[in-house]
Amino acid sequence: MDKTVSRFLRIALYVILVGTALMFILPVYVMVVNSLKPLDEIRNGNLMSLPMEWTLAPWRSAWSTAQIGVQATGLKPYFVNSFLLVIPAVVLSTLIGALNGYILTQFKMRFAHALFAAMLFSVFIPFQIVLIPMAKTLGFLGLAGTVKGLVFVNVVYGIGFTTLFFRNYYAAFPTELIRSARMDGADFFGVLLRILLPNSAPIIVVTVIWQFTNIWNEFLFGASFSDYTSFPLTVALNNLVSSSTGVKEYNVHFAGAFIAAIPTLIVYLVSGKYFVRGLMAGSVKG
Amino acid sequence: MKAGFLPKLLITPSALLVLVCVYGYIMFTIYLSFTASTLMPQYEWVGTANYVRLMGLENWSVALSNLWVFASLYIVIAMALGLTLAILIDQKVRAESGLRSVFLYPMALSFIVTGTAWKWLLDPGVGLEHTMQTLGWSNFTFGWIKDSEMAIYCVVIAAVWQTTGFVMAMFLAGLRGVDSEQINAARLDGAKSWQIYQRIIIPQLGPVFISAFVILAHMAIKSYDLVIALTNGGPGRSTWLPSVFMYQYTFTRNEMAVGAASSVLMLVAIGVVVLPYLYGEMRKVKNG
Repeated sequence: MDKTVSRFLRIALYVILVGTALMFILPVYVMVVNSLKPLDEIRNGNLMSLPMEWTLAPWRSAWSTAQIGVQATGLKPYFVNSFLLVIPAVVLSTLIGALNGYILTQFKMRFAHALFAAMLFSVFIPFQIVLIPMAKTLGFLGLAGTVKGLVFVNVVYGIGFTTLFFRNYYAAFPTELIRSARMDGADFFGVLLRILLPNSAPIIVVTVIWQFTNIWNEFLFGASFSDYTSFPLTVALNNLVSSSTGVKEYNVHFAGAFIAAIPTLIVYLVSGKYFVRGLMAGSVKG
Repeated sequence: MKAGFLPKLLITPSALLVLVCVYGYIMFTIYLSFTASTLMPQYEWVGTANYVRLMGLENWSVALSNLWVFASLYIVIAMALGLTLAILIDQKVRAESGLRSVFLYPMALSFIVTGTAWKWLLDPGVGLEHTMQTLGWSNFTFGWIKDSEMAIYCVVIAAVWQTTGFVMAMFLAGLRGVDSEQINAARLDGAKSWQIYQRIIIPQLGPVFISAFVILAHMAIKSYDLVIALTNGGPGRSTWLPSVFMYQYTFTRNEMAVGAASSVLMLVAIGVVVLPYLYGEMRKVKNG
């Protein structure tokens, strides 16, 4: 009797888990399947069914001919913008985080604790509170409406995160290693470049993935500080989907949404373990 | 080791950037909220007039009550679902890592992508309603996203879908960290699994509940992208949140001072949730 009950519970457990998993997959399945259908098949058929007539036309359109704002350029230039934004922003904020983490853990300084607390809180602020003065600053610096300006903004508001990651990692770093390097005459940069950084691969990977995902997915700064030459992909996608002119080309929108999702999905699939660690570190546990 | 000149010099740019671009800008925005700024910043002091006006604006009270509905449901559902999934996955199931990956992947997507996907799924013309009807349930209706009474619940659905996996991961880490000796002892005493969860494991997850709550609450208050992509605040203003209000008043209605005041209140709300939590975490760092 007990055995039948526990067997039944086991089956119920799997049914619930697999059912929930299917619901979690559904939106991306719908995106992909409908991006490969002609438009009238979406209107007359249903979202779940596979295409009767497979077509790549929506992808071509989303990539290179769809109307974004005033021009029919597709998402391609904005995809490029996002990379031009993400790469320098990730590299810079990671380097700054490593340097800060090193200084905050290895040197005794007045205000070090207060500084770290100030950086930590900056992670949580609603960015609405800095939009107006930042817009003025970017205008003043001549960086308004440029990708460079977005790099600057994302680096500034990424410092809190990256410093947190490296600080926690270096706080747990074996002090004997650093002490013996000092005895051997390593100076400030010697310790950082020859001892700390070469042993930082795990935290560097976590930081890079975390920053890449965050900055790639960022929208508010993009929407506030860029123009149609410097839109990041999220803003361009939103323009594509919400533009009200003409027929709603659902299949093109689905293709566009998936194009915007591909880079971070790849990062997640390739390095899910580190992605999770980044999330957990971001939740200030650790 | 005492910091010499070089470490101090090298941390100065970061410290300055944070002091100016975070705290300086916050002060500036607070200042603006007490001025008569409209399209451009102006520096004429008007006292609390903007806050008084803000409190009287129906758009603001709508945004606040929407936030209240959205945040409470979002936090409760995401935590309940996340905890349930974590407990279910903790039963030594096959393909555990595969399931975890599936539950967590939405977190890798941008809210704009999530919003776009759910916008069409929830749209009665092409989405679930249409699909169910073509499958034969001709009476099936699901038009929440077009219904100003119900649209805010669509935002909850998409937001829960996006973050539940993350909450699950937090709870799972918490479950795995519970002392196994106590569990074994209880099991030897004949306690059933659900009793063990109820009496021993879940009470020990207090810190995870708090972390999850703080993170979800601060995400709810900040929520902007998802609403923009999913409903653009509509129908009407039925899915306006304070973040949408701030953007509208500052950048399209030329009421910068009112927009600034609304962002100050957003900061205060987040501060109330986050500061006690950070204070606790910092004390742990200091003592540990």
